[in-house]
Amino acid sequence: MDVGKYDLNDTAIMQFDPQEREMALTTNDLQVYYGDNHAFYDGSLQFERYKITALIGASGSGKSTFLRSLNRMNDGIARVSGNVWYRGLDINSSKINVYEMRKHIGMVFQRPNPFSKSIWENITFAVKENGVKDKHKLAEIVETSLKSAALWDEVKDHLNSSAVALSGGQQQRLCIARAIAMQPDILLMDEPASALDPISTLKIEETMMELKKHYTIIIVTHNMQQASRVSDYTAFFHLGHVIEYDKTKNIFTFPQKKATEDYVSGNFG
Amino acid sequence: MNMKTVNKVALTTIKIIAGLVVVILAFLIGRILIQGLPHISWHFLTSPSQEFIAGGGISYQLFNSFYLLILTLLISFPISLGAGIFLSEYAPKNWFTEIIRMAIEILSSLPSVVVGLFGFLLFVVQFKMGFSIIAGAIALTFFNLPLLTRNVEQALESVSDLQREAGLALGLSKWKTVIKVIIPEALPGIVTGIVLGAGRVFGEAAALIYTAGQSASTIDFTNWNPFNAASPLNWSRPAETLAVHIWKINSEGIMPDAAAVSAGTSAVLIIVVLIFNLSARYLGNKLYRKYTAAGK
Repeated sequence: MDVGKYDLNDTAIMQFDPQEREMALTTNDLQVYYGDNHAFYDGSLQFERYKITALIGASGSGKSTFLRSLNRMNDGIARVSGNVWYRGLDINSSKINVYEMRKHIGMVFQRPNPFSKSIWENITFAVKENGVKDKHKLAEIVETSLKSAALWDEVKDHLNSSAVALSGGQQQRLCIARAIAMQPDILLMDEPASALDPISTLKIEETMMELKKHYTIIIVTHNMQQASRVSDYTAFFHLGHVIEYDKTKNIFTFPQKKATEDYVSGNFG
Repeated sequence: MNMKTVNKVALTTIKIIAGLVVVILAFLIGRILIQGLPHISWHFLTSPSQEFIAGGGISYQLFNSFYLLILTLLISFPISLGAGIFLSEYAPKNWFTEIIRMAIEILSSLPSVVVGLFGFLLFVVQFKMGFSIIAGAIALTFFNLPLLTRNVEQALESVSDLQREAGLALGLSKWKTVIKVIIPEALPGIVTGIVLGAGRVFGEAAALIYTAGQSASTIDFTNWNPFNAASPLNWSRPAETLAVHIWKINSEGIMPDAAAVSAGTSAVLIIVVLIFNLSARYLGNKLYRKYTAAGK
């Protein structure tokens, strides 16, 4: 790809008025370095509450790196500077209790990663560690989170069987259920459907549409149809820069920047 | 020669070599068993050994071997578990960690007779422990520790990073993630390593000759107070194990049935080691299936 083809500093980033809309998360001048490699530059984005925001871009554009910085999953892997504002706290600060913060900002990964435990234990494990011991309460959490992830009907009769025996799509929905069992505020999803078949992908997307009533979702995706189907806002990443951030409709129909237009129309590179 | 012929020749060669290994092993084990099995009886397993007359057994040696093994595992497992967890999960990638790894590597390649002599000079002589089970157990710990640590470290490292991320993303602390997610996942590998290590420790002789000693002091199997000198559980008494017994009989045994006792002891030793190895496979597979397959 011709690096010099686009001006990486020529950007169009939408700004929200925080008076008008409630922001779930705001980043300010976020920069990520892997050793000497400057992987991500100047991310200053606002994420509206109860909306789905898609992060799109080619491989290596820094979108996953950016996403993983939002709940400190880059700790120990990369150096992250700048601020991530959440409920008035800078969660990128070294003073933040990272484990407590992650209960509010959950994450679903690219490859389904259920624990090698039963379906029941997969969901209740972290909840129990968090102090909920009551059996009825746990049963209720298992049922509601599996229903939210559209998995309840498929597994309700064998909650005690191993999660590893589920299909890939079911495993991924179990991982979503496991994340929302903690009742987070924000759900970060790192290409949650890229390892799944089209039918499972569709189910995950339906689940997301349902989830956004109660959760703010930020999703990284390679699949542009997926971004246009499910998201309210879209940010386009290129070579470690956010080039354009706008309503999804605008990104896909009237992109302001040449790089965005080339990418969404498939003329990239 | 065309590719197909080359392939065939290579495959046949490999098969012959593999077959040869199996044949040698089968021959060795078969010979030991054929010579030793006729001598094994309930009497042989349950009566003390004799120095000058025929008809001695191996009851003390058998008990000593197991007792030493258990003591060794009690000392070495917690240390190697901690060291393995540190190396796999917490150790920063720097020169200090590299030195620790290298030290473990070197420790694991020390000849066991050197470990034994070191144990003799330090524990038996310097610390005035005398020839004793505890000195033997510590020497065997030196022998077992590096391999067990490597085993724990490798078992933990073989667990996918996705599992660590899954735990951390749910707000679990790193320690909780290691204890409740990673270790259960690595358990089959860890258990297999412990049992295989136990087999090696069980058959070890050189490290014990100068530490646990070569004499089987009289034990009273009705006295289980570990502080009584005649108790089987007393760890400051000298204790000859099966492997040391074999070595001793063959070098200075003067009982009339020395050859038979030696053959019988060898057979018992090899049967126990085989049981360890087979149960390691069985346990490992069973645990693996329990954690991965459907249903329980």
